[in-house]
Amino acid sequence: MTTKILSPVRSTSLRWAGLSLSLAMVLLAGGCKKKVPVPPPPAPVTQPAAAPAAPAPARPNIADFAAEPSTIERGQSANLRWAVTGSNDVVIDNGIGTVPANGSRTVRPTESTTYTLTAKGPGGTATKTARIVVSAPAPPPPPPPPPANTKGTVESRLQSDLKDALYDYDSNNIRDDARAILTADADALKRIFADFPSATIALEGHCDERGSAEYNLGLGDRRSNSARDFLIQLGIPAEKLKPISYGKERPQCTEATESCYQSNRRAHFAPGQ
Amino acid sequence: MMRKFLFVLPVLAAGVLMAQNVDITDWIRGQGGKPALAVTEFRGSGTQQFMGPFNATLFSDLQSSGLFEMKSKSMFPLANPQRPEDLRQEDNKQGYALQDWSGAPVGASHVVFGYSAAVNGVLVLYGYVYDARQTDPQAAQLLYGRYTGTLDDAGAIKTAHEFANDIIQKFGGTGSLLGSRIYFVSNRSGNQELWTMDWDGNNQKQLTNLKSISITPGISADGSRLAFTTYARVSPRIMVLNTETGRTQPFYNQEASLNTTPGFSPDGKLIYYASTASGSSQIVVAGADGQGFRRVSHRNAVEVEPKVNPKNPGILLFVSGPGAQQIYRMNTDGAGVERITNGEGEASNPAWHPDGQHLAFAWTRGYAAGDWNIFVMDVGTKQYVQLTHSEGKNENPTWAPDGRHLVFTSNRSGRSQLYTMLADGTQVKQLTQQGTNKYPVWGSK
Repeated sequence: MTTKILSPVRSTSLRWAGLSLSLAMVLLAGGCKKKVPVPPPPAPVTQPAAAPAAPAPARPNIADFAAEPSTIERGQSANLRWAVTGSNDVVIDNGIGTVPANGSRTVRPTESTTYTLTAKGPGGTATKTARIVVSAPAPPPPPPPPPANTKGTVESRLQSDLKDALYDYDSNNIRDDARAILTADADALKRIFADFPSATIALEGHCDERGSAEYNLGLGDRRSNSARDFLIQLGIPAEKLKPISYGKERPQCTEATESCYQSNRRAHFAPGQ
Repeated sequence: MMRKFLFVLPVLAAGVLMAQNVDITDWIRGQGGKPALAVTEFRGSGTQQFMGPFNATLFSDLQSSGLFEMKSKSMFPLANPQRPEDLRQEDNKQGYALQDWSGAPVGASHVVFGYSAAVNGVLVLYGYVYDARQTDPQAAQLLYGRYTGTLDDAGAIKTAHEFANDIIQKFGGTGSLLGSRIYFVSNRSGNQELWTMDWDGNNQKQLTNLKSISITPGISADGSRLAFTTYARVSPRIMVLNTETGRTQPFYNQEASLNTTPGFSPDGKLIYYASTASGSSQIVVAGADGQGFRRVSHRNAVEVEPKVNPKNPGILLFVSGPGAQQIYRMNTDGAGVERITNGEGEASNPAWHPDGQHLAFAWTRGYAAGDWNIFVMDVGTKQYVQLTHSEGKNENPTWAPDGRHLVFTSNRSGRSQLYTMLADGTQVKQLTQQGTNKYPVWGSK
């Protein structure tokens, strides 16, 4: 394998060596053959020598005239900077007027402007321009396009906007955490009823699996009604909320753990029928 | 289990020993001993091919009644009487004398014998029970019955059930399992519907097709009507069903977020239930059509499961807080509220024994919340016996019409299923397998 790679490399370098050699020989051979006699130089032109002219006064020189930056947004400023020699009459247009030979000036053009600097002197006039491009500020992004249906359905809104109020075992007392949740739920319900004026909501009371099924029907009813009373106090119309107890007939979790029990001890919102 | 049970006995006081007949408590305590039955093999004349099923059914019915000590057939004499005429005063232990059955090694108090014959295309069964402790056969006959059935296994089995039932009645059984049915809730169709089956678990049939949640059935004493809670009309409401036709009957539900746990009065004319019409779940009573309802209790606590005493319709049991749920009694005018269970754990599902003196119920006493076991209590003395011992959760006991069997739910095999047992906790038998099965009641038909 090693030899297979090496052999073509070696042959290539050999070929290059041979080519360089033959090229050198061609050049050498050419040099040897050019043996033609050198022609004489042309006869010199005889003309009267011109008298040296008087030195002309120097033309003004605008060494520098630039805007920094050359592109601004409207409302921003730029700096004009210049350096002129050979002139004592330097003028910049666009309302700037006569300026010293060297200097700078802050400008706030409201639109794209080409500034012309004119320098006059005994040797003539020189001009140079500097352009400041003024751009409009970037426009704000367009408002997001409205979704196809902002209202959704009552069911989707209940799911996304409302949270369950949770209870202690064998209790229908509104805990502090449930108080906060139901307060937020009341606001969400008001928005939902604004979007769906004819909707009614089932306020379901649920229990964990430990108490008897029969007792839990009564307990679930109490939970449903305690949450309902709280929401009515916050301004939800009573007739909009239908209490219904499912006891432990419809658990959302069936494991025998406290976290599962807790998630089942709840007041839950569902579309009314 | 029996040993545990007996261990409890000395704790119980003697308050209920005076009852006549076979008292449930006497019987639970094993006082007085049980009749010892020698059940002979019945043979048939032209019906012999059906007598295998007959003998198996007769023995099984008598044994499962729990009333008897069943004597082993391996100890029986070679011959046995088939008719009273076969009996002799003395037979030298060959089997035709009563003392051949009462003496060693059989040791029976009673001997059961008889035969069947094909008579005009009908199977006729002649059955006898004799007191084996009597020396005079003339004075020893306790029972004679003649039963008819079709000329096949089913006909023979029918006569066995009927004969066994008469024997059980003769020995003090207060009711009969014969023809009784269990009604329950199963989700095997996809929804919680009402179902029914024979008391031994055969012939399971769907009764309702409400495609909703239907729960907490109560049954009228005559077995003709079921009242239950259904969500078929969204809010939990009471519905009444004729058990024979499967049709619903009108029931007026008063306006309430919850009407539930209905139970019939003993005469079937009233339905007691729990309603939140007043704001909280309280006991109310109405006619069997729901009209004329009125509130019974005025307590501010969750109240459910009113159960009227079968012997005294002026008293009912119910389940209530405040605090952990317990079983209470009150008069049906709302007065005389008294807690029955002692406040330990949580108690629920009271079910009156037919004697109106005892109740079966579920209790978590001695266990964590939710770990229910079946107990039987004497309402008068408040003494109780624990029948299940944490083999899963055991709930919703209700008595069979015979007062000796209970049906209940247990999740001991995984999901909730129905089981029967004798009231001493023995002879536990699983009746359902499919789906989840709950809320059993035992109807007389």
